[in-house]
Amino acid sequence: MKKFNWSLLNRFGPALALVLVYLFFASLNARIGSLAAIETIVLQTVIVGIAAIGMTLVIISGGIDLSAGSIIAFCSVVVAYCMDVFSMSPFWAASMGLVAGAAWGMLNGVLITRFGLVPFIVTLGGLLVIRGSAKGLAGSIPINAGQTWLSDLLAILPADQKWQLIPPGGWLMVFLALAIAGMLRYTKIGRHIFAVGSNEQTARLCGVSVERVKVIVYMIAGAFSGLSGIMLMSYQEQGDPTGAVGLELDVIAAVVIGGGSLSGGEGSMLGTLIGALIMTVIRTGCQLNGWPPWVTQIVTGAVIVIAVGVDRFRHRRSTT
Amino acid sequence: MAETIKMMNEKRPSRLEMSGITKKFGATVALDTISFSVAPGTVHALVGENGAGKSTLMKILSGAYQPDAGSMLLDGKPYRPRNPFEGRQKGIGMIYQELSLAPHLSVAENIMLGMEPCKNGIINWSEMHDRAEKAIGLFGHEELNSHQKVRDLSIGAKQLVEIGRTLASGCKVLVFDEPTSSLSHKDIRKLFEIIQGLRDADISIIYISHFLEEVAEIADTVTVLRDGCTVGTKNAKKTKPNELVEMMVGRDVNELYPRSVRERGEPILILNNLSGSQKPEDASITLCRGEVLGICGLVGAGRTELLRIIQGLDPVKSGHIKMATYFGEATPRQRWEQGVGMLSEDRKLEGLALNLDIADNITLTGLGEFGPAFFIDPGKQHDAAQKWIEKLGIRCRNTRQSVSELSGGNQQKVAFARLLQHDVDVLLLDEPTRGIDVAAKAQLYHIIDKLATKTKNNPGPKAILMVSSYLPELLGVCDRISIMARGKLGPAQPVSAVDEHKLMLAATGHNDLNEAQN
Repeated sequence: MKKFNWSLLNRFGPALALVLVYLFFASLNARIGSLAAIETIVLQTVIVGIAAIGMTLVIISGGIDLSAGSIIAFCSVVVAYCMDVFSMSPFWAASMGLVAGAAWGMLNGVLITRFGLVPFIVTLGGLLVIRGSAKGLAGSIPINAGQTWLSDLLAILPADQKWQLIPPGGWLMVFLALAIAGMLRYTKIGRHIFAVGSNEQTARLCGVSVERVKVIVYMIAGAFSGLSGIMLMSYQEQGDPTGAVGLELDVIAAVVIGGGSLSGGEGSMLGTLIGALIMTVIRTGCQLNGWPPWVTQIVTGAVIVIAVGVDRFRHRRSTT
Repeated sequence: MAETIKMMNEKRPSRLEMSGITKKFGATVALDTISFSVAPGTVHALVGENGAGKSTLMKILSGAYQPDAGSMLLDGKPYRPRNPFEGRQKGIGMIYQELSLAPHLSVAENIMLGMEPCKNGIINWSEMHDRAEKAIGLFGHEELNSHQKVRDLSIGAKQLVEIGRTLASGCKVLVFDEPTSSLSHKDIRKLFEIIQGLRDADISIIYISHFLEEVAEIADTVTVLRDGCTVGTKNAKKTKPNELVEMMVGRDVNELYPRSVRERGEPILILNNLSGSQKPEDASITLCRGEVLGICGLVGAGRTELLRIIQGLDPVKSGHIKMATYFGEATPRQRWEQGVGMLSEDRKLEGLALNLDIADNITLTGLGEFGPAFFIDPGKQHDAAQKWIEKLGIRCRNTRQSVSELSGGNQQKVAFARLLQHDVDVLLLDEPTRGIDVAAKAQLYHIIDKLATKTKNNPGPKAILMVSSYLPELLGVCDRISIMARGKLGPAQPVSAVDEHKLMLAATGHNDLNEAQN
């Protein structure tokens, strides 16, 4: 008998899970198959999905970033603040948001590498510091940004633009995921991120600048959280310092469902996006069926554990 | 031919010249003005007991440690690496016992790590695979290709990847640290062929091994270290193993192993056709009070698995275990209660809780004795630990010192003290002297001897089942020895009926000894 090809299943496992979850909800309620429903699903995936792109790099390198949710809120406040107080153009305000996110990420990376601190602790501290900073900056209340072209990034498409299929923010997420996937596969820094996560000592022995790789990884993750904050701002048309609380856990869950390993060395961009989509499909599916939010939470939690459990099982099978 | 090569080599300057190397850690002198030189295109073995300073010397060579005094010349030029990366760049390759590969990456990526061919940061994958294939192509290993993930490879193949990596980085001196300890017989032959090929390619090899037969076979020259000093450098082909052992140990070997006159008591642990999920197969043994029964065999033969099954850590597939009056399977907890205790071969990972203190580690299996109900009286715990610290001569500050701060030998004594504190009747010892120095070994042998011998102070002698890869130790300590090869356990034979040569032959699968008796 030919040996079952586990590596194929390893590669397409998350996609298979997405299809199964989708078919499950489609069998309960056909409305989830409509174009409008798909548009909503993508729309609601973008904020978690974009932050998860950066988180994938962090997790592949063997780290974790618990400050993602706080950075998202901080950056949404920065963008709204720049537009409201300094009357900046949306473009420059958004740029400031990105820079702010990258700066927080870099601080995380520098603290982790220079002082040899554990990523969990550094970013746990960051979670509180950055959340506090966001509240301080905004005076603890949301800042209104008003309607600009930024708001169109994450809005249901008007009837005459339905040919775009999904809102611009969705396309941005797809494009960036492709770019980072290419970086991971085809560039030196990309492979070094894997090497650091797989065996840090070896990477150092072979002349990989482990510190530089880590700082870059956290910086990129911060910038993606910043972009995610811009999306949040665009969605709510305000910078809310109390928004995105606990969102880092959704982001981490997306990466893990997509095959990322918290011990490093594993993870894929496609998997992460699928992971983020799985969670949105569950939420949307539950809503369409009129199930209360607590059911959604239980189902999502169960799916995270099942996904990782199945993943572990597959690994055991493929290594023996 | 060999003579002419040798003469050529003698005329050429040394590839590597280490002179006056001294290294101190606090008050201990790890290396004391060591001088060591390696000729180009030769295999130079480095032998010595654990703690003699071999690894420290190699860490200085690789750049992991900085020497306190002394100098190094590589091809006549001053060489002083600040870190392992610089050492590697200058041409020093290290193959460690614990392989240092990135398991999630492919063979090609591991070989080319840190020097990927790329343009503007974009990797040239085809060149990467070409160069990796070239590096491993030298070995002609049929089951190895550059696209495989390293975690899917066998240990032998992983080692080849690591050798390939040092070759791809252009190394001139290649250090092997105990390369054969976890390899199969076939992989060892393959490795020796490769080493000979490398030597012919004018690479200098430093070969560290405990197996003196290997040294005689593969090395041209051998240097012996003891207690941080060079004892001497000899022609490896012309020096007898006994001579080397005496140089290593620095005393008569017989003193090391005490063996009192013992009388075998009643059977206490009986295994009947015991099989595990993979290994062992059909193992039968009768272990009696007042004896030390040795199990000899190669790593991977199933020795550890056998002990784990007895202790209840792994499931029994078929067969029976009878422990004293208890019959059948049991959990590890129940085995402890029945009086069976196991000393793990991996004290860092399994044998000890490194972050806990000495008292906690020693009393871990019987915390219930130290107070009413579920409370623990730290004072009583301290007293119990203090008793063993004194009896076994554990060198430490106090009973509350963290085990991670102790030396290997003292850690092992703590692990041993746990069995004694629990007062087990059957001691399962898995490589009890691995990685500890000669003095600590001698003490452990004394303890084992005392435990198994019936005296006035020890009216109920213990039964000891001891696994070891180190044959002189088995021959010196045990009363009977069984050989395990590929999961099969041979009959126990009196130690007087075997010698090192016979044991090694049988353990490597030349099964005359086992079959002759069957």
